[in-house]
Amino acid sequence: MKIKRIGVAAIALAAAGALTLSGCTAGTPSSTEGASSSAVITTNGSEPQNPLIPTNTNETGGSKITESIFAGLVYYDAKGAPHNDVAESIETDDSQTYTIKIRDGLKFTNGEPVDANSFVDAWNYGAALDNAQLNSYFFEGIEGFSYDENVAELPGLKVVDDTTFTVKLTQPESDFPLRLGYTAFKPLPASAFDDLAAFGENPVGNGPYMLDGEGAWKHNEKIDLVVNPDYDGPLKPVNGGLSIVFYATQEASYADLQGGNVDVLDQIPTGALASYESEFEGRSVNQAFAGIQTFTVPSRLPHFSDEEGKLRLAALSKAINREEITDVIFEGTRSPAHDFTAPVIDGYSEDIKGADVLEFDADAAKDLWAQADAISPWSGTFQIGYNADGGHGPWVDAVANQLKNNLGIDASGAPYPTFAEFRTAITDRTIQTAFRTGWQADYPALYNFLGPIYGTGAGSNDGDYSNPEVDSLLDEGLSETDLDAANEKFQQVQEILFEDLPAIPLWYYNVNGAWSESVDNVEYGWNSVPLYYQITKSE
Amino acid sequence: MAGYIVRRVLQAIPVLLGTTFLIYFMVFAMPGDPIVALFGDKTPPPQVIEQLRARYHFDQPFIVQYFIFLGNIFRGDLGVAFSGQPVSEILGATFPVTLRLAALAVFFEMVAGISVGLISGLRKGGIFDASALVMSLILISLPIFVVAFVAQFIFGIQLAWFRTTVGSGAPIQDLILPAIVLATISFAQISRLTRASVIDTEGQDFVRTAASKGLPRTRIVPVHILRNSLIPVVTYLAVDFGTLMVGATVTEGIFNVPGVGRTLYQAIIRGEGPTVVAFVTIMVLIYLVVNLLVDLLYAVLDPRIRYAK
Repeated sequence: MKIKRIGVAAIALAAAGALTLSGCTAGTPSSTEGASSSAVITTNGSEPQNPLIPTNTNETGGSKITESIFAGLVYYDAKGAPHNDVAESIETDDSQTYTIKIRDGLKFTNGEPVDANSFVDAWNYGAALDNAQLNSYFFEGIEGFSYDENVAELPGLKVVDDTTFTVKLTQPESDFPLRLGYTAFKPLPASAFDDLAAFGENPVGNGPYMLDGEGAWKHNEKIDLVVNPDYDGPLKPVNGGLSIVFYATQEASYADLQGGNVDVLDQIPTGALASYESEFEGRSVNQAFAGIQTFTVPSRLPHFSDEEGKLRLAALSKAINREEITDVIFEGTRSPAHDFTAPVIDGYSEDIKGADVLEFDADAAKDLWAQADAISPWSGTFQIGYNADGGHGPWVDAVANQLKNNLGIDASGAPYPTFAEFRTAITDRTIQTAFRTGWQADYPALYNFLGPIYGTGAGSNDGDYSNPEVDSLLDEGLSETDLDAANEKFQQVQEILFEDLPAIPLWYYNVNGAWSESVDNVEYGWNSVPLYYQITKSE
Repeated sequence: MAGYIVRRVLQAIPVLLGTTFLIYFMVFAMPGDPIVALFGDKTPPPQVIEQLRARYHFDQPFIVQYFIFLGNIFRGDLGVAFSGQPVSEILGATFPVTLRLAALAVFFEMVAGISVGLISGLRKGGIFDASALVMSLILISLPIFVVAFVAQFIFGIQLAWFRTTVGSGAPIQDLILPAIVLATISFAQISRLTRASVIDTEGQDFVRTAASKGLPRTRIVPVHILRNSLIPVVTYLAVDFGTLMVGATVTEGIFNVPGVGRTLYQAIIRGEGPTVVAFVTIMVLIYLVVNLLVDLLYAVLDPRIRYAK
């Protein structure tokens, strides 16, 4: 989850003219003439919020590092398709019990072997309640997991031999293998458990890169990574290392790209969104990744339950001109949503039945709102809550204005000063308005956009949505052994969601980035992070 | 003199206790749960929140948290940030950077401000004076982020005389540009202040006496005029130094300086109570010390001021 920090507002230049929405393709693999495999790639990052322990790393600042220094069972390619890395095979007959074989002879950078125990111990640690790991909920599907008591060793995890272990889930989950590339599922060396605080400061991994010695993490400044010579997997770096500079503002990182102090950026400050693609022509990217912006109207609000609520939600959705907002407010750096997931996800479709509710139609919206008024007349102001420290103000105001103009109701944004205050009001259900919601996928699968948000009682079901039909379809999808069959079920879930609109999809997030002339082969992944290992740099 | 210093130092103790209490209370009263915010847009399981709240003592009432904090301070433990880094280490890493930046800025504004102010004052109404006035007015009216962005664009990106942002370790050569930016604002104030003070002093009897005694101008200007004109300027400089030590959040953000302002800002956003309180405590200490030094400096500059008893 990316927590956006506020930068100093730059003066945005109003740009006239059309901006193409088409994703700018990443640099074509050109000749690597003059490229050196020893040159270090400099890129932007932010001070990790937590110690560098995979099961406790859930924000972009930290995960950019853990993803580089730990290799998981599988990795995702640029399109989000999973491939084996440490795993040799992941097999199951029933989507409930998985037998995982790992490659023989792999080592951590301190010489310890990567074996079945490296995974089982790390997962047990991550799942145990007493350790209160931020990613503990990733293990909740494994047999024996509990939020009510500390389970030191999950009965669902069994080591068979040095390179084999089995995972038993409490119920079939067909997308379990897809999750295994996520940070939470990385292995840890046995020595990590001697002193995890020290380990979090100087982690030892098995990934393509490793820390450049003790104290490579210079807090609030940068972290230097060098190539792990022992890494023998599909993500072998063709550069000499990675220097991740922690920027407090996006403006500073952009100035450094202009000044030639940084090679690759995966963020562009608001003030430069209109100009960066022409300034870095052929060296920039604007493509959708696995994230979506929505807003949620909890059904506990008056006028938003039952038939009346359905009509009003559809009216709200149809009253929003997504194209206009993504063009004018975001300079074409967001893509209007056509479903509840994201275009880079396998199984994505623009033509799900009922998706037309996301199309702008002011007359139809007014009509639906009038039908709802016939059930019970509307009064008061429609408000959308948001955190004022994340740059959300402009689009929330734009949405509110469109609702005001197209429905003829009073509508406005309801800012909360800080992210903490905003999330607390949502978590303890004290918020009495609609509110902005968003989701960035943990792993590239349709279910990750649906189950955790719209399942009854699910962790991030902030609107308390509940529909037994959705629940049973989600379960059916999970118990399919064939992914395509599973995706079909999940698309049926979306058909119901389009009727109920537990959240109103707005647009997909785009990754906006640019790179310097000295680097080549820059490609951004399904989760917006550049594929650093394949970047070449000339000196 | 010694008695005066002891008295001032003793006075600092209740001030420090009071400020830590107030700051701790304000951080505590900040709405929103920092633990919930750790999970981003995702909603954490309540049991995990409880565990984490207990770990950081957030589940205790305010006064208990405060005394745990105070007790730890007396044992030399300032607490840890969410990232696991001890707060004392963060202090040790950021304050020297800000100290260097502040010292550089004060140096620039002092040299430029006093010389411009002195010449303006001595040649009151001349072309130099008039153009210095116009320049000061422009600089005073510009917001610092405009100065910073423009300086970064021209000197960092276009001319490439300086690095666009401050590199790792914050070496002096990287800090020159941000220091000049910080100095521009106070430079205007100092030159105006020096000018007024110089004009005032020039009209004093002892200056006329010195001139009629036949002392050369080269002696009158530095010894009689300048020295006696510096008292308000020194106060201003010292207060300015204190302000800069507390961190120039905007400038540090634009030039990515790993200093106090940027770090404190991040800690406030993340709701890291121990870091915020420790930083503010040190800042209060700096203010107290700087103020004491200013008071002592008066006596050095002006023999008429004595701290009896």
